[in-house]
Amino acid sequence: MDAGLVAAQLLNGLQLGVLLFLLASGLTLIFGIMDFVNLAHGSLYMVGAYFCATLTDATGSFLLAVALALPATALVGAAVELLVVRRLYRRDHLDHVLATFGLILCFDTLVQILWGPEGMAIRLPAWADGQQHLPGGLVFPTYRLLIIGAGLAVAAGLYVLVTKTRLGMRIRAGASNPAMAGALGIDIGLLFTLVFALGAVMAGLAGMMIAPITEASIGMGNEIIITAFVVVIVGGIGSIRGAFVAALLIGLIDTMGRSFLDMGLKLLMSAQAAETSAPALSAMLIYILMASVLAFRPQGLFPPKTR
Amino acid sequence: MSRAVGWLLLAALAAGPPLALAAGQPFYVDILTRLVCLAAAATSLNLILGHGGMISFGHAAYIGIGAYAVGIPAYYEIYDGWLHILFAVAFSSLFALATGAIALRTRGVYFIMITMAFAQMVFFAVVSIEEYGGDDGLVIDIRSEFPLVDLEDSLTLYYACFAVLLGTLYLVHRLVRSRFGMVIEGARGNERRMASLGFAFYRHRLAAYTLAGALCGLSGAMLGNFTNFISPEMMDWTRSGELIFMVVLGGTGALFGPLMGAAAFLLLEELLSGWTIYWQLPFGLLLILVVLFARGGLAGLLEGRRG
Amino acid sequence: MKKTALALAAAAALLASPSFGADKVKIGFVTTVTTPAGVIGRDMVDAVNLAMQDIGGKMGGLEVELIIEDDGFKPETGKQKTDKLVKQDDVHFVAGFIWSHVLLASRKSALDGGKFLISSNAGPSQIAGKLCHENFFSTSWQNDQTPMAMGEVLNQRGVKSLYVMAPNYAAGKNMVSGVERTFKGEILGKDMTKWGKDAQLDFSAELAKAKASGADGIFVFYPGKAGGAFIKQYQQAGLQGEIALYTVFTVDSIALPNLQKAGMSGVLGSLNTQFWGPDLDTPQNRKFVSGFKEAYGRYPSFYAAQSYDTIFLIKSAVEAVGGNMDDMDGMRAAMMKADFPSVRGPFRYGNNHFPIQNFYLRQVVEDADGVWTTTVVDTVLKDHQDVYAAECKM
Repeated sequence: MDAGLVAAQLLNGLQLGVLLFLLASGLTLIFGIMDFVNLAHGSLYMVGAYFCATLTDATGSFLLAVALALPATALVGAAVELLVVRRLYRRDHLDHVLATFGLILCFDTLVQILWGPEGMAIRLPAWADGQQHLPGGLVFPTYRLLIIGAGLAVAAGLYVLVTKTRLGMRIRAGASNPAMAGALGIDIGLLFTLVFALGAVMAGLAGMMIAPITEASIGMGNEIIITAFVVVIVGGIGSIRGAFVAALLIGLIDTMGRSFLDMGLKLLMSAQAAETSAPALSAMLIYILMASVLAFRPQGLFPPKTR
Repeated sequence: MSRAVGWLLLAALAAGPPLALAAGQPFYVDILTRLVCLAAAATSLNLILGHGGMISFGHAAYIGIGAYAVGIPAYYEIYDGWLHILFAVAFSSLFALATGAIALRTRGVYFIMITMAFAQMVFFAVVSIEEYGGDDGLVIDIRSEFPLVDLEDSLTLYYACFAVLLGTLYLVHRLVRSRFGMVIEGARGNERRMASLGFAFYRHRLAAYTLAGALCGLSGAMLGNFTNFISPEMMDWTRSGELIFMVVLGGTGALFGPLMGAAAFLLLEELLSGWTIYWQLPFGLLLILVVLFARGGLAGLLEGRRG
Repeated sequence: MKKTALALAAAAALLASPSFGADKVKIGFVTTVTTPAGVIGRDMVDAVNLAMQDIGGKMGGLEVELIIEDDGFKPETGKQKTDKLVKQDDVHFVAGFIWSHVLLASRKSALDGGKFLISSNAGPSQIAGKLCHENFFSTSWQNDQTPMAMGEVLNQRGVKSLYVMAPNYAAGKNMVSGVERTFKGEILGKDMTKWGKDAQLDFSAELAKAKASGADGIFVFYPGKAGGAFIKQYQQAGLQGEIALYTVFTVDSIALPNLQKAGMSGVLGSLNTQFWGPDLDTPQNRKFVSGFKEAYGRYPSFYAAQSYDTIFLIKSAVEAVGGNMDDMDGMRAAMMKADFPSVRGPFRYGNNHFPIQNFYLRQVVEDADGVWTTTVVDTVLKDHQDVYAAECKM
């Protein structure tokens, strides 16, 4: 295998990693602060993609569509929080899993009713549609580089938001001790709605970023949300830093597995068998990673300090 | 009250199929066979979920292991039914023992997610094995062969599955009433107290987890025989979610809860999917409503409890 | 129109009373209506409804009842629905089936139930060979044939090395073995990607490998919406000038509208092989394509063409026996003659009841209205029979 291919696959893995981080960061915040398991987080990813596709059609500008779709997704997130999620904070995780499983079914069907089954393509502006020549003779799609850049920028912004701002202080207070934070006069209800909407925005952004590559489609969030959960668990619930590390780790493992596992397997079995079993085995890798992390660190890589 | 309804349901299940055949409705026997197999699987899940508070999000894996324990020998033209059952129970309990030993070290959401991870590993392992059909699954041409009993006859197969359900119900009932059951229930309530009383609840829980896996494997073997077709799809994470839904819909911890839940689940699916292709929308809404307003499930409603 | 069919299906499910008298022709049609693959199912259901309209809802003087069932893109569900059609609705024909693995899972239920099984798309090698059955008919092709035609095209065009990508399921494997059967050059790499309702749609890692392999061309099979996603990423990765694109069942009237919307002009001029094309000049095809465009405002796909043919094949059988639905032998003999106006023109059935037919080279072009479509440019294989027919003892 040549160095150029390895470098290209590292970038691909990084791109998948930042996408996973966008999903997982919201998930881990909601998890950590509200102690709420939100399986329907992937539906917000899908909703974001559909909003963005529709708005791109309407306005003719991808960037404008993203700018409009983000608050729209936030509203959907807030509505879900107010209508359903809010009533479930005091329940156990089982109820969370079931209710949000129901939400997934509702969202998937609603999208099919509203937009039909065919999926929606998004036309990229010309400046984002080409390729970039990187040092070392590497040619890489511009848009995928943009995803990496935007994802890292959001990660940095989130870090600043949580550690340096008033809202971030409240979020941290709410996360470490909701009851105390409430007693200190923080409007916990509002805070929870805000955090949920923030999570929705980041999931929606991830959906908007992937849609020009794969199209917006029904159920697009259902597979990636499971991977995002793996990220959250491996990173440690509530830890944004953990989510970041785990997302990049899992993005790289998944991509590298898909790229190079078949070569390794060919040493063990026939080429035909290696070609067909490599994708499934590389999909298995991340679950093996998660199980082994939990076997040794039952609370993930960066366990929450409080509670 | 819920007991009475449970017995009534069992009586209906005992008498229903011959009546359906007499009325020229052989398809209803199919629906009831599926119901009985899934009810047995859900009852086994209830042992750990309802009584032990262990929310396993990977229980469908055992259905798959049981089904493949029939399908893989059949692929090699080994049709001995006792051997199939031995494989189903042995491999399910081994898998449950090995994964349970690791999973039970974790708590809360981590437990939910690690059980799902193990199920996903089995899922992808089966997908990766080209020889047994991979994603395409396996057709079982000839069902398990037992002396004197011919499973190719739909009514005989039905009563064999029904016997498995009765056996599972009886076993769970006896266990829950025993000292062993009390330790499990106690550990759910307060782990520390049970530990200080000197109970080795880890071992008790592991035993329960293994037994639940073995029972579910048995029902999976029956399901595989019934469908004549097995595929990795049987152990998709959404199937694990459906099993949880059956338990919760019926009422966690109630003996007949999973049976009622499975019956209601299949009835709804059958009615709604015949009514509209968008059946998952009302189905999802109902799921949310059950979680929000019908705590204790159907059994709870029958007992007059409310959410 | 679709609503009518669904209402019929719903009514049938609710009434649940099997009729034993042959007062009407009952056709069960299993396809994918939900999930993103529902876009294919919609094309098929639209075509079937159009055909029903064109025959006035009658065959041989009998009313036709159509029952559409959704397989949810899952073999297990497809089999369940087939069981329902056989046991509860007691249909005469079980037709449809987009997916090879769904057809393989459902086959036994339909045939053991003594029904005719007609594939309107899937053509897995097993059913063409060892598992062939007197009551099975195909209105499409055996999976290997179309990629075999593509292999010939590659040879003609002097392609020396190839990279191969397909989804990892029954048809994907057949497609790969088909192109390997005729392609004389070297295959430098192969990727079989995850398929099903959670199919892999991001091919970044695979495309990077394809590019690094240095192959002359890339052969691709990605049906339905995955096709559009693949083409887009192929263009975004800048592979157009580097590794030429050859597809089967990937660039069709289902993928093209989205590609056109996304401005993926790289697909214009690309080549694929097929037994049919919307501009194929036969009387039935002219009627079908113009009727479909008028009714639904878009080009029909090959899925639609095969589904349209399915209804006419059934009609020819019912008419041959004068509406005596108990005469299975008579209907079978009639269908074996393939004596109906097919959109592909006249063809005949092989011993395994798969068509012996032509395969064409098609190119993606812009039509007079500025809509992207495909046009037939050459005939690659004439009267071609699949290779598995020899394994069929019929």
